Amino acid sequence: MSDVSQPAAHPPVTDWVHDFDHTDPQWTDDPFPIWEELRAASPVVHTDRFLGCYMPTTYEAVREIANDTEHFSSRRIIVRDVRPEISRNAAPPITSDPPVHKPAKQLLLPPFTPDAMKKLEPRMRAICNELIDGFIADGQVDAAARYSKYIPVRAIAHMLGIPESDSDLFINWIHMILELGIKDENMLLQAVHEMSDYFRTHIEERRSKPTGDLISYLMNAKDKEGQPLEESHVLGSLRLLLIAGIDTTWSAIGSSLWHLARTPADRERLIAEPGLIPTAVEELLRAYSPVTMAREVVKETTISGCPVKAGNMVLLSFPAANRDPKMFPDADKVVIDRRENRHAAFGLGVHRCVGSNLARMEMQIALEEWLKRIPDFALDPAGTVTWSQGTVRGPRQLPFLLGKAM
Amino acid sequence: MTERLRVHVDPDKCQGHARCKALAPELFELDEYGNAHEAGDGTVPPGLEDKAWLAKSNCPEIAIDVIEE
Repeated sequence: MSDVSQPAAHPPVTDWVHDFDHTDPQWTDDPFPIWEELRAASPVVHTDRFLGCYMPTTYEAVREIANDTEHFSSRRIIVRDVRPEISRNAAPPITSDPPVHKPAKQLLLPPFTPDAMKKLEPRMRAICNELIDGFIADGQVDAAARYSKYIPVRAIAHMLGIPESDSDLFINWIHMILELGIKDENMLLQAVHEMSDYFRTHIEERRSKPTGDLISYLMNAKDKEGQPLEESHVLGSLRLLLIAGIDTTWSAIGSSLWHLARTPADRERLIAEPGLIPTAVEELLRAYSPVTMAREVVKETTISGCPVKAGNMVLLSFPAANRDPKMFPDADKVVIDRRENRHAAFGLGVHRCVGSNLARMEMQIALEEWLKRIPDFALDPAGTVTWSQGTVRGPRQLPFLLGKAM
Repeated sequence: MTERLRVHVDPDKCQGHARCKALAPELFELDEYGNAHEAGDGTVPPGLEDKAWLAKSNCPEIAIDVIEE
């Protein structure tokens, strides 16, 4: 399986405060003590790696940057070893800045409202149960490879109107863009080209036979002047929907199951009180936020009193913000019924994740259906849990023993 | 508690996280983009005060005001 290969290694980190590296194995395995160390040192830290990169370490500094589109551009949203050339319609609206950001985002929002997501629920429940049927009799499973991985990819394929059976193809592109592409620009470009060709074929098919899916929706969308979107915009947004919707929620569902496997008290409470699952999902999103975004500093400024210079990237760690004890009491504990939770797992400001309602629905249903059919499960002591590296963090191998016989 | 509460969403701050709609569906409505506004004039019917405070304290954009009248 290509998706367990890892990018080439960087020199190991010995000084986290002045030389941090979010691709270091120590960060991948257990980033939480590192973030604590960085936060204790400064609200903003810097590394010379990645051609120069800052990281805000507090919730407040992350919020300041997320809300400041004047000094921080989204034209580059992944911290990489290289700075690939900027293409105008890379993946709008996530790679767009004001003023072009708003119309590009408004275009994508209506298909992702909570009401629109409700209509997908029956298909989601069916997907979850089909997956569970595939392994429940075995007494053991890799819950990342056989469950959490396929829920979001099938959901977004269903919405886009592309075959759910192409899931492994999409997952491989994402691995090339978000993991291997951090250190290998050719991988990145190859995946982008392959995705564009794939979507071009589907667009062509719909010219003669229009459908009710998201591809048809985007290819027939009009801009503010009533003109059709440029092909590059349609392709960029389709690439975004495919990339952004998959390993993010895969990670969130996987981390949630990982937590529940290790915490029988929380598991038993959710089985006894399924009405608490939406609240628990928010807390699991806070504690194990999968997505770290990035910005590029385009104008010198100050963040939480720290000078920030143009030309550097910014590792915008929503996961680290969500562990800031100034913002969240008992930030390092999973409080499954936490009442006040302004977590930033889906970002803050104008770039709030378009798919947040979809992700929440998928997580709730994935946990509900799993807990209904598999109330007892634990980590397999004979197996190893591995985590993805870089931009999106979540379990990629999650060996479980199922049932009372554990 | 005898005072009446009213909720208000600042449309310039709301980014459509939709937490308020999930936690207090009686008090908030979403537009076609999923951005929130208060239902009606925002008056909180008796018995829903807790939900008003809950919505405010879960809004990531700090876009919700609860006004005590």
